[in-house]
Amino acid sequence: MAGKTKISIENLNLYIGKQHILKNVTTRIPEKQITVILGPSGCGKTTLLKSMNRLTDLYSNVKVSGKIMIEGEDILHTDTDITSIRKRMGLLSQRPYPLPMNIFNNVAYGLRISGRKNKMVLRQRVQHYLELVNLWDEVKDRLHDPASSLSIGQQQRLCLARGLSVDPDIILADEPTSALDPISSEVVEKKFFDLKNQYTVVVVTHSLQQARRIADYAIFMYLGEIVEQGEASEFFSNPKQELTKSYIKGLFN
Amino acid sequence: MKFYNITRALRSRLHSSWMLTALIFSLLLPVLLAIGLYLKSAPLLHDQHLFTLLFSKSWKPLSGHFGMYPFIISSLWVTVIALILAGPVCLLSAIHLTQYARPIVLKIMHPVIDILAGIPSVIFGVWGILVIVPFVGNYIGPLLGKHITGYSIFSGGMVLAVMIIPFILNILIEVFRTIPEELTEVTLSLGATRWMVVKHVLLKKAFPGIISAFSLGLSRAFGETIAVLMVVGNVTRIPTGALQPGYPLPALIANNYGEMLSIPRYDSALMFAALVLLVIVILFNIISRYMIHRVEKNI
Ligand SMILES: Nc1ncnc2c1ncn2[C@@H]1O[C@H](COP(=O)(O)OP(=O)(O)OP(=O)(O)O)[C@@H](O)[C@H]1O
Ligand SMILES: [Mg+2]
Repeated sequence: MAGKTKISIENLNLYIGKQHILKNVTTRIPEKQITVILGPSGCGKTTLLKSMNRLTDLYSNVKVSGKIMIEGEDILHTDTDITSIRKRMGLLSQRPYPLPMNIFNNVAYGLRISGRKNKMVLRQRVQHYLELVNLWDEVKDRLHDPASSLSIGQQQRLCLARGLSVDPDIILADEPTSALDPISSEVVEKKFFDLKNQYTVVVVTHSLQQARRIADYAIFMYLGEIVEQGEASEFFSNPKQELTKSYIKGLFN
Repeated sequence: MKFYNITRALRSRLHSSWMLTALIFSLLLPVLLAIGLYLKSAPLLHDQHLFTLLFSKSWKPLSGHFGMYPFIISSLWVTVIALILAGPVCLLSAIHLTQYARPIVLKIMHPVIDILAGIPSVIFGVWGILVIVPFVGNYIGPLLGKHITGYSIFSGGMVLAVMIIPFILNILIEVFRTIPEELTEVTLSLGATRWMVVKHVLLKKAFPGIISAFSLGLSRAFGETIAVLMVVGNVTRIPTGALQPGYPLPALIANNYGEMLSIPRYDSALMFAALVLLVIVILFNIISRYMIHRVEKNI
């Protein structure tokens, strides 16, 4: 595999109650590349993504074993403050969930709670991140409107800017374009392409076309297990497993 | 086929007209009530100035003085105390149950809350007399260096608080539960702590719901009659402290209607009291609607 490994997951098993959700998941997510997680509904993609920043802690009755190493630190067994681990990862969900605040504060919030309170700096940073997601020109005259007044596509870009604001080095995105119109979807997708110069990106998607377009590395899951993974070019042109073949041909549903 | 279509159309017409009728009826009911009460209290309003009736302290039916002020103030006192006691309890419990406690706790609490909500108010009244009144009279009073019976505004407020807690709590739990989990997740991933999520995001998001929950509790508390009447002392005087007895509007009506109706204008005065009660409850609701509207525009 080309490049350095950013996140290395070893024998990750996750149970919710008696249900075995993730089974012996082992994978390496390459740094500054786009990793795509594919698989039919309910196979555990979201759960895998969430376990990477320990949002699975929120589930009740959850039991996790194995290792998730981020740059050599096992985030499942560490004394490091969980909030500082989470801050290293920007999260983008399926539908945009803007904070109940105005547009400016949606981006400024993460900065504020990590101690950056200087007004000038905040303004500058907010502008920077809004420009980064191509939103600045659209909102610069209405920064104090509630974020919910934006269109869904704009909200999703705002959420991306918010996720980037705390200066993460990983971006976790769970079907980030599935609720968007084709144009906003393309903007977000293109953004991921630009972002991979600086960030390690992990994207869950149901769209095979999208996966083909953006993926450097691909992971295919089925019923909580990784069936196949590898370089995207290899994965899509020459899948080894029968399950993967039929999934890529679109025979699955 | 054709016949089937016709009956179906007819049926849906019928259904919608029934629904419309029901809707109109339920919308009209408060208006009709208000008109009815107004007509009944008209003789009194004809004789005496509205302002005098509302703000005079003198309640002497035999001499034709019908000042409602002591009753209005008592009602407000009892209600405000109930809300001050119940509000924080409900809010903190709802946050705890939905954000911190294990789901099983909420599952157990839900039926408990429903049972509490279904207890007839007279039982709360009896409980108030047996527990709250002696508690206030024997402990709270002496603690503050006062010699009191315990039949007081404060006892009324406490009993009311316990009565409205299940209602407010039920709504608040629903309000917090309908906030999408993803909002918590994204906020956490920005480096927030659990408490920051509650303070900065969930409370804000829930604010309109919190206002409706409280205003519903307020309306219920304001109109609650029996339980309050049993513990509040029913003394016609403007209360100057929470430990003094009071006489809320609903108690006034319940205690006196049907008696002494030979006194001129007495009947009319009680109808006027009911009208005041109705108007104040409607005002509460309008104010809370307005607040919700204001808040919703900004989130
Ligand atoms: N909070 C939870 N409690 C119990 N079971 C859960 C919970 N969240 C997910 N699951 C279960 O875990 C399994 C994997 O769910 P997950 O959401 O990770 O799937 P997914 O691959 O993301 O599916 P989709 O493509 O539909 O989003 C499912 O069987 C689901 O029922
Ligand atoms: Mg999912």
